[in-house]
Amino acid sequence: MHRTKLKVAEDALDANTTIAEANRHDFDHADVRVINLMSAPGAGKTTLLETAIPEVKARVGVLEGDVAGSMDADRIAHLHVPVVQLNTDAGFGGECHLDANMVRSALPGFELHDIDLLVIENVGNLVCPAEFRVGEDARAMICSVAEGEDKPLKYPLMFRACELVVVNKIDLIPHLDYDLEKLRHNLESVNPDAEVIECSARTGEGTEAFAQWMSSVAAREAAAV
Amino acid sequence: MHELSLATGIVETVIRHADGRRVTSVEMRIGTLRQVVPESLDFYFGICSRDTLCEGAALEHEIIPARIRCRACGEERELTEPDFRCAACSATQVEVVAGTEFEVDSIEVTEEIANDREEMGCIAPS
Repeated sequence: MHRTKLKVAEDALDANTTIAEANRHDFDHADVRVINLMSAPGAGKTTLLETAIPEVKARVGVLEGDVAGSMDADRIAHLHVPVVQLNTDAGFGGECHLDANMVRSALPGFELHDIDLLVIENVGNLVCPAEFRVGEDARAMICSVAEGEDKPLKYPLMFRACELVVVNKIDLIPHLDYDLEKLRHNLESVNPDAEVIECSARTGEGTEAFAQWMSSVAAREAAAV
Repeated sequence: MHELSLATGIVETVIRHADGRRVTSVEMRIGTLRQVVPESLDFYFGICSRDTLCEGAALEHEIIPARIRCRACGEERELTEPDFRCAACSATQVEVVAGTEFEVDSIEVTEEIANDREEMGCIAPS
């Protein structure tokens, strides 16, 4: 018996990337654009989608990722859009993010040719989802004002992974010690290229900008696979 | 908390390259921007590698400091805190030139004769 050293030089998440590319191929084949929507738990992903989807100029489908339960999918179903619930648990506990393989397992639940835009609502978490591509065209995140202004500095991996940062719950600002300028400054130091939308999914203020952004993603050209 | 997912990725990658041989050590290259806690990664690697070819393997990590280069003035510097602005000219258009790595760089395996390997009952995780 002797020991041999082998050069590997491979990204440890390559297996996920390969499946993400397969998802992307299927999305492009069906001419569907895909948004990966991420945030901390309770930032307002589902509420924002409920408000924005009726204003989006495209046929939308939603893939709801949650550790457990179908509460979010039930809410989206009221909009009469195709929705599939994906639970990551196996009893109690479960994966804290969606990976490409989980998304792939849920795709048979959609008639992809009947939609133009698939929104993947990821599991609420500011860490793990940033690591796993699922075959999306665009990555967006929501950061609610209740979370404080320092989150870009604490979770730079997530904030840098997204092209759009939605600042939600701005109707709460009068009740909080929250400084929007400070958030913008922190965000600029971490991801100056990010587009920023300020809104309140509860009151509807500013949500039309998010609906427009969703429409613009639906209108993008398919990226070459 | 993402170290569990990352450790699973390491084990899968290593087993693919080990080609049935027992693994004694794994060398990782990890950029600081991946926000990995090495002790946590070691802990989860120990759990994920149980009953696999990687069981008992040492996990070594080379930490790669984050570096950014300014697109405006070309200044390059190490990033020690999440401030992606150019320190020289304050431009915000910078590119990350190092620090996002999460690579299995190399592995060390033991060469057994075929019979020994069968007796060891090495299995890949399902």
